[in-house]
Amino acid sequence: MESGGKGSLERLFWGAGSIVVVAYALIPVAWIISLSLKRTADLSDQRFLPSVVSFENYGVVFHDPQFPPALWNSMSIAGLSTLIAVLLAMFVAYAVVRLEFPGRRLIMAAALAIAMFPPVSIIGPLFNLWRSVGLYDTWAGLILPYITFALPLAIWVLAAFFRQIPWDLEKAARVDGATPLQAFARVIVPLAAPGVFTASILVFIFAWNDFLFAITLTSSNDARTVPAAIAFFTGSSRFEQPTGAIAAASVVVTVPIILLVLMFQRRIVAGLTAGAVKG
Amino acid sequence: MSRGSIAERRLAWLLCAPAVMAMLVVTAYPMVYALWLSLFRYDLRFPGERHFVGLANYASVLGSEVWWQALFNTLLITAGSVVVELVLGLAFALVMHRAFFGRVAVRTALLVPYGIITVVAAMSWRFAFDPTTGFVDALLGLERAWLAERWSAFFVIIQTEIWKTTPFMALLLLAGLTLVPVDLLRAARVDGANAVQRFFKITLPLMKPVMLVALLFRTLDAFRVFDTVFVQTRGAQGTETVSIVGYDALITRLNLGLGSAVSVLIFVCVVAIAVLYIKGFGIDFTRREER
Repeated sequence: MESGGKGSLERLFWGAGSIVVVAYALIPVAWIISLSLKRTADLSDQRFLPSVVSFENYGVVFHDPQFPPALWNSMSIAGLSTLIAVLLAMFVAYAVVRLEFPGRRLIMAAALAIAMFPPVSIIGPLFNLWRSVGLYDTWAGLILPYITFALPLAIWVLAAFFRQIPWDLEKAARVDGATPLQAFARVIVPLAAPGVFTASILVFIFAWNDFLFAITLTSSNDARTVPAAIAFFTGSSRFEQPTGAIAAASVVVTVPIILLVLMFQRRIVAGLTAGAVKG
Repeated sequence: MSRGSIAERRLAWLLCAPAVMAMLVVTAYPMVYALWLSLFRYDLRFPGERHFVGLANYASVLGSEVWWQALFNTLLITAGSVVVELVLGLAFALVMHRAFFGRVAVRTALLVPYGIITVVAAMSWRFAFDPTTGFVDALLGLERAWLAERWSAFFVIIQTEIWKTTPFMALLLLAGLTLVPVDLLRAARVDGANAVQRFFKITLPLMKPVMLVALLFRTLDAFRVFDTVFVQTRGAQGTETVSIVGYDALITRLNLGLGSAVSVLIFVCVVAIAVLYIKGFGIDFTRREER
């Protein structure tokens, strides 16, 4: 950072800038929260804040036949995808950073290619395949593509973190008679925990956010996730747009993410920038 | 590190196998399958009538107004959002870099749009711009149905994309900013370079590699835009993007042959964009991996 000799005017400028940025980032969130707290009668009052705070929309959402199962599906599917993707990525990142083998560069290049791959290009074949092998409208049917598309991010983040680990400790364990696998499990895993944790958060956010696969590969409460449920929310009457209920559902699924972000922001930033900057 | 022994290689391949399998099964195989399907007239509603038609599906996609309009729309949304995001992201990064107080607050606030579900962000902005429930019209003293007209709908869509993804850009660019040596900036200041000169002559060139990586990923991401358009207009008012066209052909109309041709064309566009960036601007990924 540059130590400012310019004094208070510059301070004021950047301080005002900070306030503008914070406001820009938070206004839509504040808006959807406020909308969710309005009474149905007040929805069209065009005011930013509710005149009377009411929780009726939350009651509607949790008594809805679709939303609670979707919430459960979302949590389970995103959780399982994260667990598996990060585990597989850990193996790859370890091999790429620590072991000498042909095809190392190919794997990193493949990961990069998949990061650029357009998911819409494969929804047709997956839709067709999943229906014939019985994966359509199941958790596994969504978990599989989520793992695949989360792998590049997880591999890159983990490889970046793994490169900074003092690997001599592993050598010491090997000298003491541990097999490579034992050395990995007992010495490296604890050291790598922060990186693993960071990758997990990023993968979870990715899986939690997906919409395209969710609407393509599911059709019922069995596996439909929250983004799909929100987009197709119909409410009690066909003729009335369930704005308040959609807003309440949105708030419910946004709160955990905001908490995650508040608690682990340093890690998230480190993870996001790990791949791009270390060059 | 010693040359890899056979045991080491075997372990490495064992460790990589599950991930490689997943990537092959879920992307490479379906992509080849899509290529294959695109050569057939194949409608899931009439599965018995499947027959080989060669490149006829491509001819009908490339000969249709819908595809070219969707491609234009997609490129418009991509260019509009990425350019604004770059400028805004740079400004946000500078604010975070220079702010003496509230730096953590800014960073935390910026992570909120990043973490929010795109569908939720699109809903929030849709309601905000809605003429009956929204506050935007009241704020501006207008009575405008933003999403009912083509150009204003584009504005809302691009605006939503910008809000959602500028934080990603800003955080990457901030990381790039911290790589610029302070001594260099100080020396330039001593030599009489003003703030604007220092920014354009020193900061920007040094940040170029990080900026290009951020731009590449955001461009590809923006080109695949689906969620926001689906939620806000569902492609109405002439705002269809290529992803929406592909989805409608494949899933809504169950026309796997024609839809697969669209899928393959989208894939070709994405490859073209990636090649353009990597060859045209010389992004060097190999150096990164070798470290």
